[in-house]
Amino acid sequence: MLGSRYVLKKIGWAVLTILFVIVLNFFLFRILPGDPARSGVRDPRLTAQAVEAIRVRFGLDKPIINCFQSLNPVEVGDCFVNPMDTQFFIYARNLLQGELGISYHSNRPVADLLLERLWNTVLLVGMGQILSIIIGIVIGVIAAWKVRTSVDYGALIGGLVAWSLPTFWLGIILLMMGSRHFDLPIGGKITPGATYANAWEQVLDVGRHMILPTLTFTIVFVGEYLLIMRSTMVDVLSEDYVLTAKAKGLNNYQILRNHALRNSMLPMVTIIALNLGFTVAGAIQIEAVFSWPGLGQTIFEAVNRRDYPVLQGAFLIIAVAVVFANLIADLLYSYLDPRVRAA
Amino acid sequence: MTASTEITSIRGLSRTFSRSTMGMIGLILLLAAILMAVFAPQLAPYDPYAPVKVTIDDIYAPPSAQHLLGTDDAAKDVLSNFMYGSRVSLVVGFFAAFIAVAIGGTIGIVAGFWGGKMETGLMRFTDIMLVIPDLPLAIVIVAMTKPSLWNIIFIIGILGWTGTARLVRSQTLTVKERKFVTRARAVGAGNSYIVRRHILPLVLPLMVANTVLVISLAILSESTLAFLGLSDPTLVSWGQMLNYAFTRGAMSAGAWWALVPPGLGIVWVVLGCTLLGRGLEEVLNPRLETHHLAVGKRMIARSGVRGTAVADVETEEWQVL
Repeated sequence: MLGSRYVLKKIGWAVLTILFVIVLNFFLFRILPGDPARSGVRDPRLTAQAVEAIRVRFGLDKPIINCFQSLNPVEVGDCFVNPMDTQFFIYARNLLQGELGISYHSNRPVADLLLERLWNTVLLVGMGQILSIIIGIVIGVIAAWKVRTSVDYGALIGGLVAWSLPTFWLGIILLMMGSRHFDLPIGGKITPGATYANAWEQVLDVGRHMILPTLTFTIVFVGEYLLIMRSTMVDVLSEDYVLTAKAKGLNNYQILRNHALRNSMLPMVTIIALNLGFTVAGAIQIEAVFSWPGLGQTIFEAVNRRDYPVLQGAFLIIAVAVVFANLIADLLYSYLDPRVRAA
Repeated sequence: MTASTEITSIRGLSRTFSRSTMGMIGLILLLAAILMAVFAPQLAPYDPYAPVKVTIDDIYAPPSAQHLLGTDDAAKDVLSNFMYGSRVSLVVGFFAAFIAVAIGGTIGIVAGFWGGKMETGLMRFTDIMLVIPDLPLAIVIVAMTKPSLWNIIFIIGILGWTGTARLVRSQTLTVKERKFVTRARAVGAGNSYIVRRHILPLVLPLMVANTVLVISLAILSESTLAFLGLSDPTLVSWGQMLNYAFTRGAMSAGAWWALVPPGLGIVWVVLGCTLLGRGLEEVLNPRLETHHLAVGKRMIARSGVRGTAVADVETEEWQVL
């Protein structure tokens, strides 16, 4: 059983972090240079009236928050306006209703735009994470078991090189080789214009498109996981209970599986949780390279179009997802290791 | 950190460090990259910033005697761009890491040394910043401000300090409880004196090792931002070379020479920093690199050659110093 006080505390911190992200997200976009209305519609032929109309349309004529008309440049305003009529609280209220604003580029609600792509990212990241965790654990355990042999050194060097690879570059290289020599698709999620006789054919097509992005993701993340697993495993295997198990006459496989692996899993859970931010970074790069229609590609396109509402919304969704995943990891950790709850 | 972190001076650190093969390889890789960056104007066959006359055949020209690594989308020499490109990576890496470690180190020492409400507040803030994904935030900020070299350095720096803060805090906590600190306090030394004379020297070697690892992360961040189109347009960098090559048809032109070298450059520098950082960490925090299931009798023989036994002797020596 989880201690309910521990759970409440963790949930409280997650909520606080999300509130911080929301406030940061709002004020960052108001303090940094560039009037959103002007940068969104950069056409110099626009008249002053047209710009004003756009400002009213996006609610930018309202004060930022009580006492401040604008923050860049800083303009002190009326402190006694109705808080619900300021940009900050309108933004907060819209968020509660699941609205993230309107894309400057496509004029569609940002929330719809991002949600339809979120699942593609989850599919890619989920697949890559599962593969890299499994492969990382297996190689890490073998390297630790054969410590200070050529197998171990090979795994160590391989892990360090994989860790040092820029994700996007590995993607480019694999894309070049895969499309040239293995006839794999060069990008996207499905073959354009394809019609499928049945659902199975569609799954196969998506699967073919997923091979290279997933492979890139797996190679980059396997490096870190195997290095962590290896060093944890070496530590665990030098514990006295391993010697006891050996003295009892258990074979190596039994010791590894029943005694060592269990105890090495805790640090892995922490690393996987801490890694979620990097996972997102990896997904952005991979999606940009392989035109995978996920959140990352949306960000890549929004950067080039300076589509700020989309960037802002994407950052918010990603941050909330990472905070939430971290919360789950924390709770999982305390379930796996009851000592954490006491601390 | 356990009590094995006993290297109290940068001199002691470098002496033990010379025994780490991995660390030495990393140091050589990094030094070679720095030399190339410094002497880029002398080494590079062409000046990447000089205007060139272009004909259609010069674009993505394959490697030849004039252009050893071919040319890129603007008919510039890839080898020269590659050499000049190392400058941006290294400058961003070093300065951003310096900012990150300065912020993280200050927060870590203040939190660890003063404790109390200050510590709780600072570490909660660190935890919140640790969870927020860096790259999307960096993308948002760089996209909204001008992607100039110093902006990018500053943004990578102020987003990359969380790991250092936690590391330095835990090290400060262990150092704070040591006898010589208590003694210094007993004879009436002030807080700032203790931090300067006793805490900082013991935390510094660890911070140096950490800085090297932060440099590698900063270089990866810089090249990623550049690849996504957020780089200083007036400077050639590896990430930017890849951005241009990728978005301007090097792939369909089959121009591997425009795509492979910049990436190898990043791997070179990042791997150098990673090996160097891990080598330094290995020296600072030696671990028993063997265990009960290790093959044969090597366990006893090997741990004596390298690892704890050696480090313990060194430890004694430094404690006397």
